[in-house]
Order: sequence, then structure tokens, then C-alpha cells
Amino acid sequence: MEKTVNHKAWFLVLPVLMLVAFSAVIPLMTVVNYAFQDTFGNNVFFWHGLGWFEDLLHSDRMWNALWRQLAFSGIILAIEIPLGVFVALNMPKRGVWASVVLVLMSLPLLIPWNVVGTIWQIFGRVDIGLLGYALNSLGINYNYTQNPAHAWATVIVMDVWHWTSLVALLAYAGLQSIPDAYYQAARIDQASRWKVFRHIELPKMAGVLMIATLLRFMDSFMIYTEPFVVTGGGPGSATTFLSIDLVKMALGQFDLGPAAAFSLMYFLVILLISWVFYTVMTNLDKRG
Amino acid sequence: MADLTATAAATPRSRSRTLPRVSASAIVIGLYLLFLMLPIYWLLNMSLKTNAEITGTFSLWPQNLTFQNYVTILTDPTWYMGYVNSLIYVVMNTVISVTVALPAAYAFSRYRFMGDKHLFFWLLTNRMAPPAVFALPFFQLYSSVGLFDTHIAVALAHCLFNVPLAVWILEGFMRGVPKEIDETAYIDGYSFPRFFVKIFMPLISSGIGVAAFFCFMFSWVELLLSRTLTSVNAKPIAATMTRTVGASGIDWGVLAAAGVLTIIPGALVIYFVRNYIAKGFALGRV
Repeated sequence: MEKTVNHKAWFLVLPVLMLVAFSAVIPLMTVVNYAFQDTFGNNVFFWHGLGWFEDLLHSDRMWNALWRQLAFSGIILAIEIPLGVFVALNMPKRGVWASVVLVLMSLPLLIPWNVVGTIWQIFGRVDIGLLGYALNSLGINYNYTQNPAHAWATVIVMDVWHWTSLVALLAYAGLQSIPDAYYQAARIDQASRWKVFRHIELPKMAGVLMIATLLRFMDSFMIYTEPFVVTGGGPGSATTFLSIDLVKMALGQFDLGPAAAFSLMYFLVILLISWVFYTVMTNLDKRG
Repeated sequence: MADLTATAAATPRSRSRTLPRVSASAIVIGLYLLFLMLPIYWLLNMSLKTNAEITGTFSLWPQNLTFQNYVTILTDPTWYMGYVNSLIYVVMNTVISVTVALPAAYAFSRYRFMGDKHLFFWLLTNRMAPPAVFALPFFQLYSSVGLFDTHIAVALAHCLFNVPLAVWILEGFMRGVPKEIDETAYIDGYSFPRFFVKIFMPLISSGIGVAAFFCFMFSWVELLLSRTLTSVNAKPIAATMTRTVGASGIDWGVLAAAGVLTIIPGALVIYFVRNYIAKGFALGRV
């Protein structure tokens, strides 16, 4: 749509600007403030320069949390994207069943995150959970509160359970936009199922899959509530991802300086990914 | 008519070839739905058992069906006030977010103005901002202005990500409305506010519904900020649930019942928004 230039439109945006400035800019300035200062307590602060950032870059704790975070995001993307596409390809296209499947699939997306944690905390327990009980009956010594590998597996399966439907719904929306004529043409050409997927469905889904990948990366990159409820970051610090570590530092230990420096670097990463996301979105808009 | 042509196109031969594939799809979807439903079923199962039964025997369905866990929640103020507090700040947040987002989304969808793209991008970064970064500064900000442990504090804090979300979703719906409608209305002598309320808002009513739904949902599911900004008077249900865990012995039955009750608001409206869920999560695109 052709937009007209009208600088008075600023007045329409002003309420949003003021509200978000209050809830984003002021807190962020506090963070910037702390990141460059140190304190002896009693609200006496002095300039610390880049000290906190230097400490942070040499801190094993931060690097470990970062690697865990990247590994987690990578693994869940590698599972959720293909699985989501596979599910979307098998979803009924129309009729009553399409509605039923849509409703049931959306259900995990709308469950409060801490309840997702509670569900899996209960489900995975050896004594009272179906999953833990079943695995132990099969002779697998499964215990997510003791064994780091099991804790990881639980957190990953939980995330797959929680968010694969989102990927599937996005891919499904992409599939729905393919005209029937494309499939008819493919049938005339006697294209195989794989060829139809590779040359018709995949290109048509490329845009939404890009959105799905970025959304999932972004949200998994700042995951806090679900693993916190299930494992509390443990056993040890095996499932302490970036957000959990940051909250421990800022609200648990009240290490304002390091936490603020941590926050700023975290925020810069998010800013970078947001920019990629924005570019993808605007390019999609242009293509229509 | 579409049905007629579809049946005409499906010759007997192609139908016999597609039938097995359809049932394979049904199996895939069936297995996937089973995977999704099992943990939820287990929570429901737990909530209908007594604690003695939960820890004592292992059964796939409640042997002695009891609603005592739900009764506990609905009669104990420390539990049900959690729901009331959550609902209060969630509704406040939804109303604030959608109200301020409507004119802004209109501006973004219709006009070009100085810095519009930068502003739109900046809003997105706030939707993507990790709550963990903002937990401590919010705590200090709201404590210093005396709003700590009030509903409005949580509602305002959630505006951080919900206002940008609402702006993006509404903009996605508004761009679908042809501009000629605006122009015709102005020629007919409508003022901007009257046009906006009487003509434009009914046209994008589904968009407003979707935006409100997603604001409600994201505020309802958030734990970190709402827990950090409250202690007693505005303590949300999510915090009540996590604080019960770790106390002397866990009351699994009540915890499960509380979980089931938090799923209900989403489950009630899910049918009406089923076709918009992908669109809402993708910020109005798709």
C-alpha cells in the first residue's frame, strides 16, 4: 500500500512512545549506570570504567552459561523445525477434523510457562510421574534431579512439547496459501511426493519457516521460567541458561555491576537478532 | 460448488492411491496429539487424586475420585487471591496495551513520518527483550515511586512487551484494510476520531480481538517480572505455585489442581482464535 507522508502521525504514536519509554528506556538507563560503576554499599558509587566487562569476558561462569544456552537453542531448533514441518504436512486441510486438530495443537502454546514447568516436573518424577515411572519400569535409571544428561533431555523434550505446535501452525499457514493449481500441475507432471515437497511446498513455506526459526531462537534464548521450575538450573549448574544465571546474579546475589554488564551484552545480542528478524519481515512484506 | 469439482477431479484411481496416505497422516497426527495430551492428562489425573493416593499407589486414573484439591483452592484466600490478582493486572495490561496501540498501529499502517521505521524496529526489540534483563531495574524503579506490590506496577511492566506486540499485530491487520475506505469517510465529512471508532474499528474487530487475546495470554503466562514486582498484596497465581514448591513437603494434588485452573482461560477462548494463533505469534505477519 502506498503510504502518504504525514508528520502529524507522530501524535498518534506518542502514547505508545511515552509508555514504552517509561517501561524500557528508564530501566535500561539504570542498567547502563550500574554497568560502569562500583559501590561500597550505602548507595555510594564510583566510576569503574570497563572493569565489569573485562571481568565478564574472562569469567568461566558466563561463557559456560552462554555455551549451554547456544547448545540448548541449537538442539531445540534442530528438532522443532523439521518436526513442525512434518506435522504440518500431515494435518487435515479442511473440515471438522482440521478445527479439532488446530484446537488441540494450540493448547500447549496457551499454558502458562510455569505450569508447563509444573506439568513436566510432575510427569518426569520417578515416583509419581507417568514418564519417569514408565522409563524406570523399562529398566532405564532415569532421574532428572540427579543426572545432568537426563535433566537436559527433560528440558529439551519439554520445549519440544511446548513449542513444536507453533512451528507446525506457521508452516500450516504457509501450506494453506498454496493454490490447488500447483498440485494439479505437479500431478500432471507425475512429480513424486518428495519433488512436490522440495519444489512447491518448501519454497512456499520458506518465509514462514524463517519467521518460525527466528521466533524460536529468540524465545529459547531468553528462556527462564520452564527450566527454572523443573530443574532450578541444576543438577549443579547443568541447566543454568543465560536468563537463569542473570537472575541468580542480579536478584539472588545482588551483584549489580556484573549483572548489569551481563545484561547489556545480552541485550546487544538480542538487538542483533531483532534486526535480522526485522529485515526478514520487511522483505516478506515487499514480496507481498 | 467447490466440493463438486473436487469429487469430479478425484478419479477412482487417484482416490485409491490417496486413501492409504490419508490414514498414514492420521496416524502421525494421532501420535503427535497423544504426545501433547499425555502430560496434560497426567496433570488432570493428579488433580483428582488425594495426596495419599498420589504418593502411595501408581494408577493411570483416579481410584478414589476427589474434588477436594479444587475445594481447597477455591476456599483458601492465599490460593484464590492469586487468581484474582493475576486477573486484575492482566486485564489492566490488556486494556492499556490495546488502547495505546490502536492509534499507533493506524499511524504505522497508513502514514510515513520522520523516524517511523526506526520506531517500529525499536518496538520490536522491546518485544524481544529478555525479562531477566529488566527484572532488577523494574524492581528498583517501582520501589522508588512507591508502586511496589501493586497491580498497576505489574500491568505497566508487562507493557514492555505487550504494547509492541499489540502494535505489530494490529498493524498487520490494518494494512489489509484498503485506504479508499478512509478517504471516502473523510469526503463524507467524518472527523478522524469518529471515523476511527465508528467505521475503522468494526472493520478490524477480529484484529483487536486477536491483539487483546495475545496481550492477555503473554501477561497471564509471565512469571519472572510479576514475581519480582510483588510480595503479598498483588502476588500472582504463578508465584503462589512456585513458592509452594520447596515448602515442607509438596502438596502435589493442590499444585496440579492449581495448574489445571490456570489452563482454563486459554482453553475457553482457544476455539475462537484457532485460525489466528499463527498470525498472532508471528506478530501479525503470515
